[in-house]
Amino acid sequence: MSALAIRAAGLSKRFRIGQRPRYKSLRESLQNALAAPFRRGGRAVETIWALRDVSFEVAPGEVIGVIGRNGAGKSTLLKVLARITEPTEGRVELHGRVGSLLEVGTGFHLELTGRENIFLSGAILGMKRAEIVRRFDEIVAFAEIDRFLDTPVKHYSTGMYLRLAFAVAAHLEPEILLVDEVLAVGDVAFQKKCLGKMGEVAVGGRTVLLVSHNMGSIQSLCSKVLMIRNGRIVHCGRPAEVVAAYLRESEGNNWADVDLRTHLGRLPRMRPILQRVRLLNARGEVSRTYLSGERIVVQIRYDASAEREPLAGAGFILWTSAGVRVGGFNTYMAGMPPSRFPSKGMVEFTLSSPPLTPGGYSLSVSLGTHQAILCDKVESAIQFDVSPNDVFGTGYLLTAEDGAVALACQVRFHEGMAEAQS
Amino acid sequence: MAGASAPSPDVWVLQPEGRFAGLRLGQVWAYRELLYFLVWRDVKVRYKQTILGAAWAILQPLAAAIVFTIFFGRLAGIASDGLPYPLFAYSGLLVWTFFAQGLAQSSASVVGSANLITKVYFPRLVIPVAAVLSGLLDLAVASPLLVLMMAHYRVWPGAAIVAAPFILVLALLSVTGVGLWLSALNVEYRDVRFVVPFLVQLWLFVTPVIYPASAVTPRLERLGVPGWVLGLNPMAGVVEGFRWATLGRGTAPTSLIAASAAVAVVLCLTGALYFRSVEREFADVV
Repeated sequence: MSALAIRAAGLSKRFRIGQRPRYKSLRESLQNALAAPFRRGGRAVETIWALRDVSFEVAPGEVIGVIGRNGAGKSTLLKVLARITEPTEGRVELHGRVGSLLEVGTGFHLELTGRENIFLSGAILGMKRAEIVRRFDEIVAFAEIDRFLDTPVKHYSTGMYLRLAFAVAAHLEPEILLVDEVLAVGDVAFQKKCLGKMGEVAVGGRTVLLVSHNMGSIQSLCSKVLMIRNGRIVHCGRPAEVVAAYLRESEGNNWADVDLRTHLGRLPRMRPILQRVRLLNARGEVSRTYLSGERIVVQIRYDASAEREPLAGAGFILWTSAGVRVGGFNTYMAGMPPSRFPSKGMVEFTLSSPPLTPGGYSLSVSLGTHQAILCDKVESAIQFDVSPNDVFGTGYLLTAEDGAVALACQVRFHEGMAEAQS
Repeated sequence: MAGASAPSPDVWVLQPEGRFAGLRLGQVWAYRELLYFLVWRDVKVRYKQTILGAAWAILQPLAAAIVFTIFFGRLAGIASDGLPYPLFAYSGLLVWTFFAQGLAQSSASVVGSANLITKVYFPRLVIPVAAVLSGLLDLAVASPLLVLMMAHYRVWPGAAIVAAPFILVLALLSVTGVGLWLSALNVEYRDVRFVVPFLVQLWLFVTPVIYPASAVTPRLERLGVPGWVLGLNPMAGVVEGFRWATLGRGTAPTSLIAASAAVAVVLCLTGALYFRSVEREFADVV
């Protein structure tokens, strides 16, 4: 057993894009060849470096996460490691059998039955026939399709197809496993099952490289995370810190700081008293993404100097993206008297640890001159996203389907059927 | 579970390879089970949900043999080496159909496997080879009819029958050679797809399938061209050789077969080398 499972040094991959049409035809090539002597200057071929000088080391048994924006080069890195495409420069050493899970259902043929596809897909993914036979029952059990084994796969529901495809791939036993966001498909139950299996694989001492946009699974499965931007590794370290860096970086546009003066969500016949609203995270930075349970600060700027009546209250209501009203808060609840309201200024609400489940949320903000009288309200003033987080400390990640909030709860067992003495 | 205890024999080093990377036939051998599964898949899929099923494998050469017999045998009166024309035609068409099918399937095979090539590693040489091998079953299915026809016409094979397996190997080499070239070219130049049916049609006329070589060589020799030149078409050696081995007439067309064998081997080698030299771009271009 060698000291390292993967060693990459200076890996770079260049692609040709643009000018040249992807598919050539002989006719065009001949034409170009004939015209070449008459052409002035060289033919510029546009290239991009999908990977540039990527170097890293992975010890056996480590689970490495790779994160980055779309187009950063994560999939290209996996493709190079999976020997699907050749590096333009650099070198990588892989110690052990490599299995790649770059999509669900590689090699499946719709006309063949489930049984036949298990063998076909297994063989394509690199399993020997004997291996497939040995693991056949496990695969069928994991996929829960015993009754449909001999039906052509084209008659399967999407769920069955995905379960079967993942079941085959999950029973690969390579020393190095490369996984590319395959866990992003399917319903919640399926994703949970996949995560569970991935977890087993990770604990089993296999070296895994996982590319994902799911920060929750990255955090719960990985021991080290690489962040890729524009083909280069820009960050490498413990999951929590790299994920946090990535989320901060994903801000880009300042949609977390919204000008409300001409907002389309303003209720009719309301005057533009609300000026701006923005959301800040625990570090005081303007942010649109939060981890479940992370502190959110809502700052609402307003200018009521032109109003005859003084302001009496300000508040917001929180909605999930599906339209479920989660709750809200306003200054009346805090017992804030109207005299505290500057006629022009900012009101700041701090949600210290909102137990929100992952998903999209939106805020509506409002101002009133009286508890029942609104003077300005903007619906869907600002949106933000909540990412999965290990709020319970047990590795169990909630999803939007679990509900709008995470309940904090304790559990106890009592022996026997007699009434418990508390 | 593999993990910490199992020794890992594989160490892969990936780095940019030169244009002339080796053939890596060892890799192809290591993936022979995959080759089997791909052939199995092609065969299964071809015969699923078809009413004709295996009958189609017989119908193709048979229908062509019937048409040729009527138009070339009877009406145009083309010679057939002393054999009844139907028998002459069917035996030639048997191996010819294997070649034509193999060519059609293998030339499209790499492009058709784009979904695999971009997702999983295995030596890509396996793809066109599997396409060619899947035609062997069709050949096997259509062969009994030849035996029946031979019985009907009371034509029995002589000692030459022992050469039949070698002729088949020659046929395999020929199809594979051309298939490798075409499948690799098709990835870069997509109009190869349209060239193939046309190519196969012309090739049929150039090969002594409709007519015997003996109808052509005398005139060639009178023009100063030695008979074996016909063998530069590898299928000429295959078809004539197959007819000679199974139907046992006439002298062995050794020079023809030798020429065809040489060409087939060269096609195979150069085809494999070309394939390997462009293989690394497949996933990027396909």
